[in-house]
Amino acid sequence: MDDFEPSVVAFLCNWCSYAGADLAGTSRLKYPANVRPIRVMCSGRVDPVFVMEALKEGIDGVLVAGCHPGDCHYQSGNYKTNRKIKLIKRLLSDLNVDPGRVRFEYISASEGQKFADTVTDFVAQLKEMGPNPLKEGCK
Amino acid sequence: MSEEKLKFAFYWAASCGGCEIAVLDIDEKILDVAAAADILFWPVAMDFKYKDVEDMDDGFIDVCFFNGAIRNSEQKEMAHLLRRKSKVLVAFGSCAVTGGIPGLANMSDKKGVFETVYHENATIENPEGIVPEPSSQVSEGELTIPEFFDTVDTLDQTVEVDYYLPGCPPPTDLILTAVTAIIKGELPPKGSVIAPNKSVCDECRFERSEKSITAVKRIYEVEKIEDKCLLEQGIICLGSATRGGCGAVCMDANMPCTGCGGPTPNSLDQGGKMISALASILGLEGEDKMTDEEVDALMDQVVDPLGTLYKYGLPSALIKRKVMK
Repeated sequence: MDDFEPSVVAFLCNWCSYAGADLAGTSRLKYPANVRPIRVMCSGRVDPVFVMEALKEGIDGVLVAGCHPGDCHYQSGNYKTNRKIKLIKRLLSDLNVDPGRVRFEYISASEGQKFADTVTDFVAQLKEMGPNPLKEGCK
Repeated sequence: MSEEKLKFAFYWAASCGGCEIAVLDIDEKILDVAAAADILFWPVAMDFKYKDVEDMDDGFIDVCFFNGAIRNSEQKEMAHLLRRKSKVLVAFGSCAVTGGIPGLANMSDKKGVFETVYHENATIENPEGIVPEPSSQVSEGELTIPEFFDTVDTLDQTVEVDYYLPGCPPPTDLILTAVTAIIKGELPPKGSVIAPNKSVCDECRFERSEKSITAVKRIYEVEKIEDKCLLEQGIICLGSATRGGCGAVCMDANMPCTGCGGPTPNSLDQGGKMISALASILGLEGEDKMTDEEVDALMDQVVDPLGTLYKYGLPSALIKRKVMK
């Protein structure tokens, strides 16, 4: 399992987290290349269906990041997403899929370091977990 | 023009039999159906053998109404046989369309189901530990029964389906619409769901106002149901994530929608959509000041999310079964 490289999809909000990831890049911070960022206007745009579809298609981990509480450009999208992710995690544990495969973080536009740290930590965790059991097609 | 009568067939796979009753619920209109069509095969009501179907030419049956999910080899074989013999195959009822209640067995597998049914249930007395085997030897020779599968599938995961008629059971009006369209030859494009494109909420009698709730309640915890949207009273009602066509009859009886109509058009996952809905109405008061623990406690009020949000649709959900280790 040493050479297992997990695939991660990161849904990043346009106003905070994507800018945070950008800052990580312009600051030349190092973080694992396993992450595939998808910019959304708000973390609240992330439909639970996106997360489930990603897992079904064999992605090993899904990161959703939005603005800190009180900072949402649309006032409350980040709160809604926090709730959604919590419910998705409950659903995943019922289905015997490690809920740790889905992660929600608050990352602001100035937190390039936090983005890099989060990704590093998440990828390490996923390496520990091994490949997504849904990858082989859940028959 | 001398019209030949249409040829219908009905079959049941993993289902409760309610769909068969629903066919009869069209009341005296069944006479019109009988006038327009001959029923060639209907195990629940008439004595035919599988051999009779096998002997038919391919495409001999005009329309086959198939209810029930696919959970054993007999059902799978019949799905393939009836597909071959029928010009039009209709998935009839929640079980055939989305997996239905039998689909909840995807929370376990063959071993787990047998363990519960033949060993663990309190009322079971099975000292010899006998479980059904596909083949067994008796003094008269070999006896065979269908093989039980690990996973419940929907009909269209097994064979190609032409039309879908959701509901548990499908509402009489929709059955009539479907049968009338077939008789008149005015069927919608292949692959259509024969039900409106609107959600159950659209047909519901309750008033909807501001959507914001402080707590989730199960129906027995509500002392008096008020005359307004059940979701706004804290009762999880899947109406907004469920395809209508039923006339919202459950709400007429003060019961929440449990989602038998399946997902709304263009939605991939009924439960996922309902998670979105719940997350955006629950505990909005002071949401900016809530600690993460408080949010956790709020979400814990959704007891059994899987059984609630995927009651009729686990086999057709994005993640269709529990991962068995």
